[in-house]
Amino acid sequence: MKPSYLQKKIVNYLMFTLTGICAAVSVGILFFILGYLVYNGGKSLNLSFFTKLPVPVGEVGGGMANAIVGSAKVLLLATCIGIPIGFLGGVYLSEYSRKSVAFVIRYTTDLLNGVPSIVIGIVVYGLVVHPMKHFSTFAGGVALGIMMIPISVRSTEEFLLAVPVSLREAALAVGAPKWKAIVTVVIPAAMRGIISGTMLDIARVAGETAPLLFTALGNQFWSPGWNQPSATLPVMIYTYAISPYEDWHRQAWAAGFILLTLVLLINVLARVALSKGIYVPRG
Amino acid sequence: MSQEAKLQPPKTEPPSTGGTAKANVPKLSAQGVSFYYGSFKALHGISLDMREKRITALIGPSGCGKSTFLRTLNRMHETVRGTRLEGRIFLDGSDILEEEVTAVRLKVGMVFQRSNPFPKSIFENVAYGLHVNGFRGGRQGVREVVERSLHKAALWDEVKDKLHQSAFGLSGGQQQRLCIARALAVDPEVLLLDEPCSALDPIATAKIEDLLFELKSETTIVIVTHNMQQAARVSDYTGFFLLGKLIEFDSTNTIFQNPAQKETEDYVTGRFG
Repeated sequence: MKPSYLQKKIVNYLMFTLTGICAAVSVGILFFILGYLVYNGGKSLNLSFFTKLPVPVGEVGGGMANAIVGSAKVLLLATCIGIPIGFLGGVYLSEYSRKSVAFVIRYTTDLLNGVPSIVIGIVVYGLVVHPMKHFSTFAGGVALGIMMIPISVRSTEEFLLAVPVSLREAALAVGAPKWKAIVTVVIPAAMRGIISGTMLDIARVAGETAPLLFTALGNQFWSPGWNQPSATLPVMIYTYAISPYEDWHRQAWAAGFILLTLVLLINVLARVALSKGIYVPRG
Repeated sequence: MSQEAKLQPPKTEPPSTGGTAKANVPKLSAQGVSFYYGSFKALHGISLDMREKRITALIGPSGCGKSTFLRTLNRMHETVRGTRLEGRIFLDGSDILEEEVTAVRLKVGMVFQRSNPFPKSIFENVAYGLHVNGFRGGRQGVREVVERSLHKAALWDEVKDKLHQSAFGLSGGQQQRLCIARALAVDPEVLLLDEPCSALDPIATAKIEDLLFELKSETTIVIVTHNMQQAARVSDYTGFFLLGKLIEFDSTNTIFQNPAQKETEDYVTGRFG
């Protein structure tokens, strides 16, 4: 027997409610975390958090200025290593590679993307920290740089593939060599997307802790240059949060708040860059 | 080799239409061109001469290979992987398949079915071909070429006040004429047009057809069209394609009024296709 109109209405209502609740929960979790961090982090936050070095247990005040600078340096180095490799790899993947080669590259980058970050930390420990005989900002940058490569490759590839074939043909038809067509037409048309992909990539690795434990380690003081152990926000949060001291817990909340704000900011900027549109007609 | 090619008698010689002697020298000559997408044979030994400063139209039902054939004439087919070309294509007697591909495309320009302006300004669109080919005329020279090309494409008056605005602000017909201007900027000897009006309204179509008449005085034109009235209106010669074969090639009048082949007659009278 076919379901009656009433039955259909009930099923429709139930499913509508269920999907609505699930959607609300997934959004709600983010807002719960956000609110919790703002509440706990916000009240522990003050100017000295941004300007002062950490102080020994028991002393009041102090900040994480060294960790903020350290994170910035590690991320800068990671971007300088990961993005050029990822970008050019993506260009090769989308513009030059044969189907079978492309499949291998895509599969490999996806696997690399799935490698647990702590494993990458250990590998960089073996490749950089061990030969240099000490932890360093440099090693931290290398670890996060490696983590950035796969996402950069794939996002570059996807945005380049979204550029219509007709634009490439138009460039070739006036006598442009292939590489010039790529540099002057295809990449500029995909640029906004590539930039937003890069920002999301940075945001993703900004919160990585495990690889930094093995590479940049941590530091209670300033770390000039690239060759010394350095404090970073995620590792600072980890160290302070597992400590038994109330003061440090508050500092950890504040650091978490700052890190989350930073990541959200980068995300929003990336969305804005993208929403300005890849100014290219589809098809 | 080039001498030989010039001496070779064209295989499908249309009857003389009383033009000048020069008009009977083929500008572009395809000889035994077969084309494969993988194992699918899309063109079966096409031999066709395109006269200098004349408009040659290629007609036929969808999928008959006319666009595929057009794309071989400036080696655009090479952008598609897994394809293979047999035969030879001569431009002024020299085989374009043996030349450097960018040099071929400079001499044989192309306008596509859907207008495809770059996401750049109107000016930059037209100047693009100059920039990528190392034009040495300076900024003033570039400006002159851009203006001349836009004039030739009958677009200058409509865009002269907004040269530095995005090309996407133009209407469909204007965009297509911009694409023609872009192709003309590098001064091609041959212009290939792949159904240039299929996405345009009748007024924009009429403008492009007028334009082709103007361009004919200095450029050899090959146009693929779905629209038989268009072929009849604009072209001097017409080739009819069916299932990857060139069924008949003759002066446009003959093709439309007195075709030799039954298939051609059926198609142009609308009995099929």
